[in-house]
Amino acid sequence: MPLPHATKRRLITAALVGPASVWLFVFLVLPFIAIIVFAFGERAPEGGYQAAFTFEQFANLGARSAAFVNTLILAPIGAAACLIVAYPVAYYLAVKASPQRRLLLVSLVVVPFWTSLLVRTYAWMYLLGARGIPHLFEFVGIENVRLINTPGAVLLGIVYGYLPLMIMPIYVSLEKLDRRLLEASADLGAKPISTFFGITLPLSLPGVMTGVALVTILLLGEYLIPQLLGGGKVFFIGNALVDLFLQSRNWPFGSAIAVTLVVVVVIVLLVAMRIAWRVAGTRQVDLI
Amino acid sequence: MSKDYKDNLPISAEGFMDEFMRLKRGSVSRRHFLGVTGLGLATAVLSRFPGALSTPAYAAEDLGTQMSIATWPNYHDPATFENFKAATGVAVEVNVFGSNEEMLAKLQAGASGWSLFVPTNYTISTHHKLGLIEELDLSKIPNFSQATENPRFTKEGQIDGKTYAVPKNWGTTGFSVNTSKIKTKLSSWKDFFEIAQTEADGRAMVHDYQLTTIGSALVSLGYDFNSIKADELAKAEELLIKVKPHLFAINSDYQPSMRSTDAWLTMCWTNDGAQLNRDMPELAYVLGTDGGEIWTDYYAIPKDAPNKAAGYALLNYLMDPQNAVKEHIANGAPSTDSRVIALLPKEVTSNKIVYPDEAALTPLEFGAAVTLTDPGRAELMARFKSA
Repeated sequence: MPLPHATKRRLITAALVGPASVWLFVFLVLPFIAIIVFAFGERAPEGGYQAAFTFEQFANLGARSAAFVNTLILAPIGAAACLIVAYPVAYYLAVKASPQRRLLLVSLVVVPFWTSLLVRTYAWMYLLGARGIPHLFEFVGIENVRLINTPGAVLLGIVYGYLPLMIMPIYVSLEKLDRRLLEASADLGAKPISTFFGITLPLSLPGVMTGVALVTILLLGEYLIPQLLGGGKVFFIGNALVDLFLQSRNWPFGSAIAVTLVVVVVIVLLVAMRIAWRVAGTRQVDLI
Repeated sequence: MSKDYKDNLPISAEGFMDEFMRLKRGSVSRRHFLGVTGLGLATAVLSRFPGALSTPAYAAEDLGTQMSIATWPNYHDPATFENFKAATGVAVEVNVFGSNEEMLAKLQAGASGWSLFVPTNYTISTHHKLGLIEELDLSKIPNFSQATENPRFTKEGQIDGKTYAVPKNWGTTGFSVNTSKIKTKLSSWKDFFEIAQTEADGRAMVHDYQLTTIGSALVSLGYDFNSIKADELAKAEELLIKVKPHLFAINSDYQPSMRSTDAWLTMCWTNDGAQLNRDMPELAYVLGTDGGEIWTDYYAIPKDAPNKAAGYALLNYLMDPQNAVKEHIANGAPSTDSRVIALLPKEVTSNKIVYPDEAALTPLEFGAAVTLTDPGRAELMARFKSA
C-alpha cells in the first residue's frame, strides 16, 4: 500500500534535515553544553577542570576586558576597511565589466579561497618581512623600514583575507539591480553621483549588510592574522582563549569567555539585522 | 589508476588540521608546518613505506609501524628518525611544542597519542603528581647509563628513588643579539630590557612563555627567576608593560625573524643560539650576568602511551651515545652524558655557547615547579599580552 502523501513528505523532510541535525547536535550542541558546564566549574590546582558550581569565572571576565575591547574595536574597523575596498570592486564587476570579462574577474576574486588562509598569510609575512618589501626600500636608500608586526600589517592581512567575503554579497546585490532604474534616473536629469546615492547604493544595501555582518562575526573570532602579522602583541579574544586552554590551563575561565563570546556574537548579529531592516525598510533582508 | 588521490597525500585531513591549529597558536615553526603538511617533502618520505625497511634487530617485540613523539622546535636531527625507522620499521610522527604548559594541557586533556615526550626539568614533579607519566622500566633502556650522567642535570628525573624521566640535553636561556645592528655590548637582563626600549626599539623579541619572559624580567630587577611573590611580580609586570610597545614580537619561534634581520635581539635557548651563531656569526649568544634560566630536558613516557614498546625502543635508540652525539651536533644543545661528550668533536666542546665556563652558569637557576601551575604568573602573562 502506498504511503499517504503527507507521511511521504514528512519522511523526505526528515531525510533531508536529519543528517545536518545529527551533525549539529553532536558537534555543536553537545560541546556547547560541555562548555557551559565547565564555565560554572573551578580550575584545579594544577590546571584543568574541577567540578563546582560557582559564578566566579563570569565575575572574573573583567580580567580579559582588554581582549574584548581590542576585538570589538578591530572587528568593525576591519569590516569597514574591507567594505571601502570591496565596494568599488563589486561595483565594477557588476555594473561596468563586460560579461565575458566579468566571468574571468569573478573567478579571480574566488580563486584565492582555494588556498588556505594560513598559507596566504604566511606569504604576507615574507612580503612584509625585512627580506621582502623593506628590502626594496633599501635600494632607494630608505633603511630599516619595518612593516611586519605592526597594526597596519594586521589590518592589511584582515582586508586581504576577508575581501572576497565582502565582494561577493555586494556583487550579487548589484548584479540584480534593474538597469532601467538607472536609465530612468538619468532621463529625469539626475547626475551620475545622485543616481548612485539615490538608487544604486540603497538597492545594494542588503548585500552590504550581509558582507559587513559576515566579516564582523568572523573577525570577532579571529586569531590567526593578529598572531602572524601582529607578532603576538595584538591580543584578541581568540588569543585569550588559546592561552587559557593551552598555557594557563584555566579551562573553566576559558569556557566562560567562550560562552560570553557566543553571546556577544548573537547580540552583534541581532543589532546588525535590526539596522538592516530599518535601512532596507523591509523584513526581507537575509543576513547569513 | 584505481588508486585514491588520498593515497598520495602526505598528511590526512585531520592531521593537517592538527598541525594547522598548532601553527595558528604559534607554537610550531613554519618550517615544521611545511615539513609535516607535505609542503616540504621530508615527512612524506618518512612515513611512506611503513615496515618496508625493518631489520631483525628489534624483531623480538612487536613495535608496530607508527608512534608519535612530542618535542621542541629545531631539537632533533631529522636523520635520527629516518635511521630509527630503517632499524625498526617504526615511523615516528614528530609533534613540536613551544611551551611545557601546552604539552601538559594536551596530556591533561587525554588521548595525546604520544609514546614519548620531552618535558623540561621543572614540570616532571607535576606530571608525576597528576599521574600522567609512569616509572620508567630501565631494563628496556639498557643504553641509558646513570653512572655517566652529570647528577647536576638529572636529579629531577627521579622522584622517591624511582626514575620517571631520563635526560636529553641541558641548556641555558640567554639572549641572541645581532652585533652588526646593535653596537652596545650587552651582558645582563638589565641591559636586555634597556636596549629593547632604546637601540633595539621595535626589534626585540621575548618568548611567548611565562617561565622565561617573566623570569628574565624578574632577574633584571634583581629578584629571583622563580618568584611568585605578588609585589615582585607586580614590578616585573610594570617593566614588561613598559617594554611592550617597543617589542618586535612576543613569540617563542624567533629564529626566522633573527635570520631575516627583522629582529635584532631575542630571548634565546642555547641550541637556537648555537644554530643562529653557526649560520650568522654576527648573532652573538649572551648569558645574563645577573641570572637567568638553566634547564634540562628529559624524555618521559605518558601513562596512556598508545605504543609503549616503540616509545621505549626509540628512547633506547636515542640513549645510544652514537645516536645522541648526532642529535647533539644537529641541535647544538649540550649533553648531560659524559659518554656523549667524549665522542664530540673539539669544535663543539670548545664552543662557549654550548659549553659555557662554569662561572657563567653560577648565577643561573633551574625553573621551579610552582611557576608551572601558579595562576598569578599565568594571569600576569595574559595582562602583558593584552596590554
